[in-house]
Order: sequence, then C-alpha cells, then structure tokens
Amino acid sequence: MNAGAQIIPQAADYIRILPEIVLSIFGMIVMLLDPLMDERRSQRTLGTIALVGALAALAATLFQAQYPGLGFWNMVQVDAFSIFFHFLVAAVTAVVILTSYEYMEVQEIRAGEYYALILFGAVGMSLMSSAVELVLIFIALEISSISTYILAGFRRRAAISSESSVKYFLLGSFATAFFLYGVALMFGATGSTSITVISDALRSGPIPLLAYAGVALMFVGLGFKVAAAPFHVWTPDVYEGAPAPVVGFMSTAPKAAVFAVLLRIMFEIRAPGRIGLIWVVAALSMTLGNIGALVQDNIKRLLAYSSIAHAGYLLVALAALPDNGIPAAMFYTASYAAMNVGAFAVVSHFAGAGERRVTLEDYSGLGRRSPLLAATLTIFLLSLIGIPITGGFFAKFYVFSAALQANLVGLVIIGVLNSAVAAYYYLRIIIVMYMREPREEAPVSAIPAGLGAALAISLVATIYLGVLPGRVLEYAARSVGELVR
Amino acid sequence: MITALDSSMLTLVTFIPLAGAILLLLFPRRDRDIRVFALVVSLLDFVLSLHLPVHLQRALPGFQFELDKRWISNPNIHYHMGVDGISMWLVVLTTFLTPLCVLISWKSIHERVKEFFILLLVLETALTGVFVSLDLFLFYFFWEATLIPMALLIGIYGHERRVYAAVKFFLYTMIASVFMLAGILWLYAKTGTFDFVAIQTAIRNGQVGNFAAAAPWLFLGFFVAFAVKVPLFPFHTWLPDAHVEAPTAGSVLLAGVLLKMGTYGMLRFNLGLFPEQSRSNAPWIMVLALIGIIYGALVAMVQPNMKKLIAYSSISHLGFVVLGIFSFTQAGLAGATFVMLAHGVSTGALFMLAGILFERRHTYEIAEFGGLATSMPVYATFFSFIVLASVGLPLLNGFVGEFLVLSGAFRARAIYGVLGATGVIWSACYLLWMYQRVFFGKITQTVNQSLPDLSARERWALWPTAVVALIMGVAPLLWLNAIDPSVQTALAPFTLMVSNVVGQ
Repeated sequence: MNAGAQIIPQAADYIRILPEIVLSIFGMIVMLLDPLMDERRSQRTLGTIALVGALAALAATLFQAQYPGLGFWNMVQVDAFSIFFHFLVAAVTAVVILTSYEYMEVQEIRAGEYYALILFGAVGMSLMSSAVELVLIFIALEISSISTYILAGFRRRAAISSESSVKYFLLGSFATAFFLYGVALMFGATGSTSITVISDALRSGPIPLLAYAGVALMFVGLGFKVAAAPFHVWTPDVYEGAPAPVVGFMSTAPKAAVFAVLLRIMFEIRAPGRIGLIWVVAALSMTLGNIGALVQDNIKRLLAYSSIAHAGYLLVALAALPDNGIPAAMFYTASYAAMNVGAFAVVSHFAGAGERRVTLEDYSGLGRRSPLLAATLTIFLLSLIGIPITGGFFAKFYVFSAALQANLVGLVIIGVLNSAVAAYYYLRIIIVMYMREPREEAPVSAIPAGLGAALAISLVATIYLGVLPGRVLEYAARSVGELVR
Repeated sequence: MITALDSSMLTLVTFIPLAGAILLLLFPRRDRDIRVFALVVSLLDFVLSLHLPVHLQRALPGFQFELDKRWISNPNIHYHMGVDGISMWLVVLTTFLTPLCVLISWKSIHERVKEFFILLLVLETALTGVFVSLDLFLFYFFWEATLIPMALLIGIYGHERRVYAAVKFFLYTMIASVFMLAGILWLYAKTGTFDFVAIQTAIRNGQVGNFAAAAPWLFLGFFVAFAVKVPLFPFHTWLPDAHVEAPTAGSVLLAGVLLKMGTYGMLRFNLGLFPEQSRSNAPWIMVLALIGIIYGALVAMVQPNMKKLIAYSSISHLGFVVLGIFSFTQAGLAGATFVMLAHGVSTGALFMLAGILFERRHTYEIAEFGGLATSMPVYATFFSFIVLASVGLPLLNGFVGEFLVLSGAFRARAIYGVLGATGVIWSACYLLWMYQRVFFGKITQTVNQSLPDLSARERWALWPTAVVALIMGVAPLLWLNAIDPSVQTALAPFTLMVSNVVGQ
C-alpha cells in the first residue's frame, strides 16, 4: 500500500464488491424476516426473497463488469475472470434455491436460515474469485465453508445428516488450517500476501524452498475443498448425509470458486512444482473416484465419487499451459456446474420425504413412472459421461487437448481410460431407469414449477454448452491475459 | 431458389423426424393419433428425400447438395453435409424403411406407444445424419447418437433377455467407436480441421506430419469401429442377441440401416482416407469377409429360431459387401453398394414377416410352424417372393449386387470369387429349407389352422418392399448410374497406385 493512498473507500471500491454486498443484504433480510413470519407461510416467501437476491447478484455482476479494475487497496480485482465465476456462482445459487422450494416443504425443514446461509455461502464463493490477496481469500474460503458445514446438517431429524455436518466441519477446518499455514509460509518466502507481489518476487530471483512448501500446503487445503484424491475421503459420507439440494450446491459452486483460487495460485503466482503436484493428484482423483463409483448403490454416494473423478479431470487442465489450460478449466467448471446441479435437482425431487428413495434400486422403472424426469436425468448423465452435443463433451475435449499440447500424454491416457470406465456406472443408472420393472407402479409426484424452472435452466445450459461452446470459451480465454502477465 | 432448396434439403431430411419427435413429446397420450402422426412425419420425410435421386447430377462425381457452415470455431467444427451417389441411396433407404417400421409396429407396440415412436423418429434422424455428414465430428456425433435410441428400443420393447442384449449391443459398439474417436482426434490435431474433404486432400498431398507412421494405426482404429458394426467375423456375437430380442421395427432398422453404417464407413473413410493401408490390409480382411459369408450361412442353416436365422443370414450377406469393397474393383464396389441397398429392403421385409408371425403366435421357433401355406396364402406368397429376392434369383434385387461383387472378387483373386460364390448356394439352402419347414407339409399344430392372413395394414407395409425388390432387379441401372461415378471417385487413388506400379 502506498503511503499516500486513500484511507476511505471510494464508490469505485464498493462497485468492485457489489454482488457480495447485494447477497449479504438479502441474506440479512431473510434472517430478520424469518422470526417475524408464520412458519407455514415463511417457506415460500423467504425462498422467493433469496431467489430475488441471487438474481440481483447476477444483475450486479453484469453491472460490475463495466467497471473492471482493482479495489479496496488492491485486495479485490474485477476482471473477466472474476465476472465469469461470479456469474456462475450466482446462477448456481438461483437454481439451487429453485430446487429447494419443494424440498424444504417435503422434508418439513424450517427454511429461514437455510436460504440465508446459501446466500452467505455465495458471498464467500464470489469473493474467492475476485480476491487477489491471500488473507482475503482465506476469509472468503471460511465464509463459504462455514455456511456449507451448517447446510450439510440441515436435515436435523436424520442422524446421518448431523454426522455429515460434523465430519465435514472437523476435516474441513483441519484443511483450512493447512491453507493458512501455506499462506504463512508464502509470506515468509516472499514477504507479501498479495498475489501480484508474490508473483513478481518469485519471478525476480531464485525460488526459495519455503515457497515450494507454501504452495504444497495451500494445495492440500484447496484440494480438500474440491474433493481431490487423496484428500477425498470425506466426500461420500458428507454427500450421502447432506440434503440433496445442498449437495448439488456444494459440489458445484464452492468447487468452482476454489478452482478459481487454484487457477490464480497456480498460474498467476506461477506456483513452483505445479505440474508434478497436479499430475499425481489428478491421476489419483480420476482413478480412485471412478473405481469407487463403480460399486456404489446409493445414488448420492455414486455422484459423490463421480464428483471426485470430475475434480481430477479438471485438475488436468491446471497442469497444462496457461493459454489453453485456463479457459479449459473455466469451461469445465461451468459445464460441470450445469449438469451436476441438474442431476441433483432430479435426485432431490425423487428422494421424497426423509430422502427415502436414494438407492439405485429405487430408480428402477423411473422411465415409466416419470418419463420427463427420467429423460432429463438421462441427458445430465450423458453429459457427465461426455457424449457429444452436451457440455460434458466439450469440457473433456478442451481439457484433454490442452493437456496434449502441454505434452502430458500419460495424464491424457489415464483420463481417457477413466472416462471409458465412468461410462459404465452412469449407464447403469440409465439402464435401471428404463429397462427394469418399477418396484412401485405409482407415478412420481408431479414436478412443481420451481423445480421445473431449475431443471429447464440446467438443461438449457448443458445443451447450450454442448452445441455452441464458442462464446463461453472465448469469454474464458480473456482471463488468460489477466492471469498471466 | 433451386440451389437454396438443394443445399437445405439434407438438413430438412435429417431433422424433420427429430422435429416430429419433439412435437410428439407434446402430444396427449392418444395412441392412435400418435401412430398416425409418426406415419405422416416419416412419409413426409420419405417424399422429401426423393428430391435427392431426382435432382442428383448423375454424371458428376463428388459431393452434391452440399451445405458447409462454420458451427464452432474452437475446435474447428463445421456443419458440413453432402451426399454422393452412394450415401444418397442409403439416406433414401433409411427414409423408405422408417414408415414401414411405423406401420409394422402399429399393433405390436401397445405399451408406452409415445416413447416408442419418439425413439424411432430420433433414430431416423441419427441414421440419416451418419450418411450425410462430411465433418468427422458431426459424423461421430450422429454415429454415437444412433446407439442410444436403438439400445432403448431393444431394452424397453424387446423380448425376455432384452436388457442383456441392449447392454451388449451398446457396450460392443461404444467401446469400438472409441478407437475411431481417437483416430479422428489425431487427424484433427495434425490438420486442424474435421472436414472430410480437407483431411482427404491434406493426406493426398502429404501435408500431414508423421502420417506414414500413424496411418496403420489410424486405419485399424476406424476399421475396428466399422467392423463391429457390420459385423465382421469375429466381432459378430452381439448381432444375433440384439436381433432376437429387438422388437420388429428395431430389427428392421438394425439390419436394414444400422449395419450399413459399418460398410459405408469402410467405403468412405477406410478407403477414402487410407488407400495404401486398405490395399495392404485387404488380404486378411477379405479372408474375414469370406469366413463371415460361409460361417454365417452355416450357422443360419442350423438355427431353430427364425429370427436368429435371418440375423445370421445378415452376417453372411454383409460379408459380401465387405468382400466387394476390398476387391478395389469398379464392379466390386458398385456391387457392394447395391447389396447394401438390396439387403436393406429384403432383410427388412424378412424381419417384418417374422414379426407378423410373432404377433400371431408369440414364437419364432420354426418347429412350431408347418403347413402355413394353406392357412395364410397371401402371407406365404409375400414370404416366398422376399425369400427368392434374398437368395439372389435373377430379376430380383439380390442377384444384381451379388453378381457384381463376385465378378469383382474374381478379378481380385479367383479363389475369393469361388469361395464367395458358395455363399449364394448356402443362402438358397437355409432360406428355402426354412421356407419349406414353415409353409409346406401338414399343419402340425391346431393353432396354426386358424391363423388370420395378412391385414390391410400389413399388406401396405409389405407391398413397397416387394415392388422395390422387383424394380431393383429389373432396372438396376436406375440405382447403378448414380452409384458408378461415386465409385470411380472412390477408386481413383487405387487406379493411380496401380499405374504407379506399372510405370516403375
């Protein structure tokens, strides 16, 4: 900070964090209104306020996009990169809220804090992608994590949900401690916590050993958050216990935000030892995730293992060259968010009261009982496999071709083999849905409007990214110049 | 105006069934309306597709009705469609068989009718797309897209072991096509384009780096994907299962069109992109084709199940196609194309006939029948006509193609022709023997005495195949004069190679 720098934040500074402000305000409104309202009626009203908040954050992001630059004494930065992730987080938040309407009613969960926590979580995630200072990143990470710890335990009557919450909390705090320790070592190595300063310091002279340790420790902390192997052990248990819409949320939005941080650390700082570190973790995540998923009978656990594998594919892009690695990773986060949020929306609707229907067996004959729901889930699963004209195909295509251009042939071969294995367990779900006799004949309850909208948005996004991936990829490619100076 | 219509024709023909499927989604579940609508859509598509043979410039080689628009810039994917004399007929074959499939499924599908016709129409779009795509990415997409509706048709509407058959079908063809995808991506990485014509030109001009070392592997990658689809011995084991379990319409399209995707792929991509490797690999491929012809026929002979018999006869007939393609002669290639079309018509009809019998008796066991000629005379007449067409009686469609293929094979190597020719004898044996057991003799089972003969709807489904089988046999030039120029283009690099050898 310069000696003569302004002490009082200017209007421009506030614009740089406008979406975060909007989300916080709406979160607080929800919290304040909650105790004043009748419990029965509060569900929908509070949900709608939260939805408006998420949409307002989307609008704020679009507004903010016209004023790129640094703010708050070079701690936050608005650029195409941050806008991309802000947009993604706000959109996912909106879709998750739409999914939650029905879910909260069916599960008879009091909704007030739930919606507030989702908004507060979104504040942390948004901030993660625009923060360019490690301590602020740490704070944002904590805001996002603490919200998700609580959200994971929101099915209070289910012991498994509390277990999920406690497990996530204990292991998660442990992991953030790693991250903080890494930040401290980085500060020791370079004398700063600002990403630009660190980047310059590392480039100007010989790289101190401490910096390697710092990167490795930060990577451990962040690797835990994105559920990359070998830091993934918590994932299946937490995903199994947490409420289904929350799983849809925490497997996409915070992950996208943490990947934003990882991209900054890996490419903007030019983290030493990047390729070796990521090579091992990506290969492990893809392999362990897919092998684990093969034997799952609970659909939430299956998708948990699949999310580990997808974190692995995504990490492959981080080992590539920045020119095509960064856009590939960003495209992957977007298309993964679209398809996974959609898949979990189907899961949360079908689960029913007390999440009774979550095993693969329960899905038998879904194609007959609810053709629409089954067809939608099929498209998301095909996208997760990576079949053309879905977002999942181009996501994998960009990642693997970026890795090939960086000569990571071994990693690509592991990745391609893994995608072939993965096809098997996703197809298993499709086969069960269409080709098994249903256990109960009754049609599934009709799709309510909110969920219908959520499904439609995810579906359109998944197909759009698969049919016209160009514009999103071009926008993501703008970040290359911003991150790599 | 004419050109605008011409260039959008393929798009229309490809996507009208899909549009129909989407409209069907919104339909109320009134089964009759759904059937009628599906019939109208598929008939409309057939009529439109007739624009292609009518307006094709027959003398011109190369692709026509082309449309080439940039679709995605990174990766460089074009929406590039076009047909030549070969692929055009396959498109027409697809659109010709689909309305018949609708007719034949009129009564036999009575549960989840809406989904059935949606899948059928989606399948038609995917199949047509395979034949008209000139961008390798687009081709691969349609190629994979055929899998899903077909697997669902088998897995949902099939018989007892349907799930096993559907999964086997899916896994076999999907795993095989991964090798093709690898080949496509390699070509893209080296040339920066998915465009078939551009890649072909680049390869011919030697502009593809490291091509000589990679070409044998690329050839194999493409070949495996196609060979499984054909299916060439020893990759054929999925086919009998899929056929026996599939509903009639599924079998008709599977045998009629899906298998031709494999032989079309060999013709277009293996020969088109890797002529030298095709030449050097031809001996063992022709041996496999001959094994397929003879083995398929022998196994067909001993089948107690009528549908399985027809399935194995497909393996035998498709062996002819592969034999013709890898003979690299004008007659062989033109004959192979003609066999594809003829087999599509007559085997499609055979499966429809088997399905008609199944609707009445719920079995395909040949031993269950006997003496049907007395109780179902019209049915027996149709059956005999199609069987004769299928065994290659002169003046019917089977004869022309097989004759051309065999003359091509003789020219390539006499022993190939001799062995291939035995296939004609075998097919007469198993089909006529089956016909004898089903229709002649005494009626052994009392149920068979009172089987109703063909209904008007069933006759409507069968007449077109019989008529086309006759015209194809009497006037094959209507087809061949469009096929020949394209075959000449496909063979151009081979004649060049020969003259190079001679010139040295």
